[in-house]
Amino acid sequence: MVKLQVNGKDRSWDGDPDLPLLWYLRDEAGLTGTKFGCGQALCGACTVHVDGTAVRSCITAMSAVDGSKVVTIEGLHPTGDHPVQKAWRELNVPQCGFCQAGQIMQAAALLAGQGNPSDDDIRSGMSGNICRCGCYQRIAAAVRVAATGT
Amino acid sequence: MNAIIPARRAPARIENVSRRFILKGAAATGALVLGTSIGLPKGALAAYNTGAGGMPHGVVTDPKVFVSIAPSGEVTIIAHRSEMGTGVRTSLPMIVADEMEADWSRVRIAQAPGDEVKYGNQDTDGSRSTRHYLIPMRQVGAAARAMLVAAAAKRWNVPADQVSASNHECVHAASGRRLGYGDLAQDAAAQPVPAMDTLRLKDPKDFRYMGKGKISITDLRPITVGTAVYGADVRLPDMKYAVIARPPVTGGKLVSFDPKDALAVPGVEKVMEVQGWPWPSKFQPLGGVAVVARNTGAAIKGRDALKIVWDDGANAKYDSDSYRAELEASTRGSGKVVRNDGDAEAALKSADKVIVGEYYLPHFAHVSMEPPVATARFADGKLEVWAPVQSPGGTRDDLAKTFNIPVENVTVNVTLLGGGFGRKSKCDFAIEAALLSKALNAPVRVQWTREDDIHHDFLHTVSSERIEAGLDKNGKVVAWRHRSAAPTIFSTFEAGAKNAAGFELGMNFVDMPFDIPNVRCENPDAAAHTRIGWFRSVSNIPHGFAQQSMVGEIAAALGRDPKDVLLELIGPARIVPYSPSVEKPWNYGEPVDSYPIDAGRLRHVVEVLADKGEWNRKLPKGHGLGIAVTRSFVSYVGMLVEVAVDDQGKWTVPRVDACIDCGTYVNPERISSQLEGAVIMGLSLAKYGEITFKNGRVQQNNYDNYQVLRIDESPPVTNVHVIPASADTPPSGVGEPGVPPVAPALCNAIFAATGKRIRRLPLGQTLAT
Repeated sequence: MVKLQVNGKDRSWDGDPDLPLLWYLRDEAGLTGTKFGCGQALCGACTVHVDGTAVRSCITAMSAVDGSKVVTIEGLHPTGDHPVQKAWRELNVPQCGFCQAGQIMQAAALLAGQGNPSDDDIRSGMSGNICRCGCYQRIAAAVRVAATGT
Repeated sequence: MNAIIPARRAPARIENVSRRFILKGAAATGALVLGTSIGLPKGALAAYNTGAGGMPHGVVTDPKVFVSIAPSGEVTIIAHRSEMGTGVRTSLPMIVADEMEADWSRVRIAQAPGDEVKYGNQDTDGSRSTRHYLIPMRQVGAAARAMLVAAAAKRWNVPADQVSASNHECVHAASGRRLGYGDLAQDAAAQPVPAMDTLRLKDPKDFRYMGKGKISITDLRPITVGTAVYGADVRLPDMKYAVIARPPVTGGKLVSFDPKDALAVPGVEKVMEVQGWPWPSKFQPLGGVAVVARNTGAAIKGRDALKIVWDDGANAKYDSDSYRAELEASTRGSGKVVRNDGDAEAALKSADKVIVGEYYLPHFAHVSMEPPVATARFADGKLEVWAPVQSPGGTRDDLAKTFNIPVENVTVNVTLLGGGFGRKSKCDFAIEAALLSKALNAPVRVQWTREDDIHHDFLHTVSSERIEAGLDKNGKVVAWRHRSAAPTIFSTFEAGAKNAAGFELGMNFVDMPFDIPNVRCENPDAAAHTRIGWFRSVSNIPHGFAQQSMVGEIAAALGRDPKDVLLELIGPARIVPYSPSVEKPWNYGEPVDSYPIDAGRLRHVVEVLADKGEWNRKLPKGHGLGIAVTRSFVSYVGMLVEVAVDDQGKWTVPRVDACIDCGTYVNPERISSQLEGAVIMGLSLAKYGEITFKNGRVQQNNYDNYQVLRIDESPPVTNVHVIPASADTPPSGVGEPGVPPVAPALCNAIFAATGKRIRRLPLGQTLAT
């Protein structure tokens, strides 16, 4: 039995311990904000926080999050107004929007670890997250806005 | 329903072809669907025609179909096109709201299901939405406003022309009386829908929202908090989760399978065959073996454990290396003549100098971030589907046909699309979900993995382009012979189709706008060995790459400024007539009177780019500038790319300037975002875009070996210059046309930086030495 906390709520899983966290969140827990993009930790669409660290939930087995605190896009901020979320809206970052939950979770973790990243830090810190629509210029600008307010 | 469908007038000269109405036999006979023009109200400020009426089910402008008002004053506006990132789900309702004087903060947007009799055409592709619906949506809004005004006038017992509508209320200026839209809702709904020719559209100077770029997309907040609903986010009670193993070679078939190990995986409930259709069969599923489970992860794990024997069929030998040689050999020989002005053969023979460029572009996969996915519930002879489809009406028709049930028994609910790029114009994944739901008598979601998406895409074609340009002794281009060989999209509809369809020829090939007296275009045969489909910008990508690279090659041969040579080839500002030698001229389905090939606008884009993009700026060592411009989807788009190449040949792009003239526009902020994205997509395909086949199988699997651009390799600066246009300049495409000029501008820049001419994509991270 895997016990974990998701967005502050205690949960348990007694199915396949190898099941990727992504599918537990999406199909079993009904938290569909976290997206499936590649299944191989190549695109970052499934990024969530496990004990404060950004991880790719598509390759993270349920057994690996036993006793952990998981935060998804739905739980990032009680009213959805994390500075990163606000910056994303201020700069109209999304096009199709599908990758943005993963982008936002990645950016929030980046800023939590590094309050005022340089442009190069942002570009390298966000390089695991693909956006096929090509919103990169705005993503970089939004991370900067979230970090510095400008 | 008082659907008002504008009367069809005389067919426009130019033919149209919808993405889904390619009929069997059409390729052989050349019979295409005729485009017609839609009528406009008298006195409309924007007096232009479009090809909207020629699309399946045409246009509906009944305000009762698109607008409803609650007693609270909340206005609900229907979005009938699919949202895949262009912003259309916001832009079209915004037009209605502006024209009806609704306060945007009190507008709710509702997504229409697939129902083209009710809503008109819903094929969200070809950059048609704003182009075809700007005026109809204004008509809807103006009619709704007129009905509100009439209701208020009746209530006050005053003539309607003394009542005005402004910001969600009607006003009688003489008495100072006002009534909100909510108060008038019921009475307004009882008013007759005014005739289109009595409508008065707003003066553009009074627009609140249109053209301002101040309205964010309606889904912005849901996207940032994780509540936006995409294809895989619909959850039904007792839903099953399925993935499918499909034949690895196009046209292959299932021979046998052993489900034992798959069934042993925890959570797997069933393993079963899925019906497939022979290739080609338009958008019907490939068939295979489904693994059904309690969650998607279990289904994927189960599928990994399957043992399957396939019969690979006729395409088992498809090999990209040998196919490339075949294509290149064919463009070195002659082909079907599709344009012939003057005598290009003789002019090439007598030319002072002939420059030859052979260009090769491989297959591309769409890889939208959301892989194909659909949920279906088939019960009691009725089918309901939830899916991210670009073509909800076509999906509904195809589902009805597949199951031989009336379309009225099929409901297609359109979710947000996590990217589309043409892939989701094909509804095979929705049919798969429906097949499984019917067989299992339960709701089913079919999820494609990224590997499925790359292995079983409807790929962008692969092409060999060869251009020979003949120059006279003064350096003037007097002959142009372009041969293009590429498997056609028609091959997905009709077995054995080997020549380009009219809509492929009309994408920067036979419509090539240069001012050259002797022009010959040839289309050698090219057989398809996999499913070919529309990919954002379609044939403009290879054709534009060859054409705009050749401009750079000519400039280099003459030792002249490439921008000057480009302008000289475009020639003086004028309307370029379609060559009379072209049998079936295609103009993106649009009438040429509204959407001519305008050399002046093409020139202007080049001039704006050269100015705003600082064409003459000083560059550091190893840097170069390249420029390219194409008219596609009846818009004019150019790119000016700065490249930096280091000593090892590693290249980066520090800055891109993009310029578009798309006529009058609704949301310039989303135009910028589309162009920013097109730069990334264009650089992605230039750097990495290549799907290859070996033994009939796609060799790439996921984002590791089919790479797309990441943020750390994207240009730090992309400037977008949107050319302003008056309200009576017909709106043209935005979503598609940004991509084609990117790769040739990049390669022209690389030439400027290094003297190396790139004729084959992709480049990779480092230039070959």
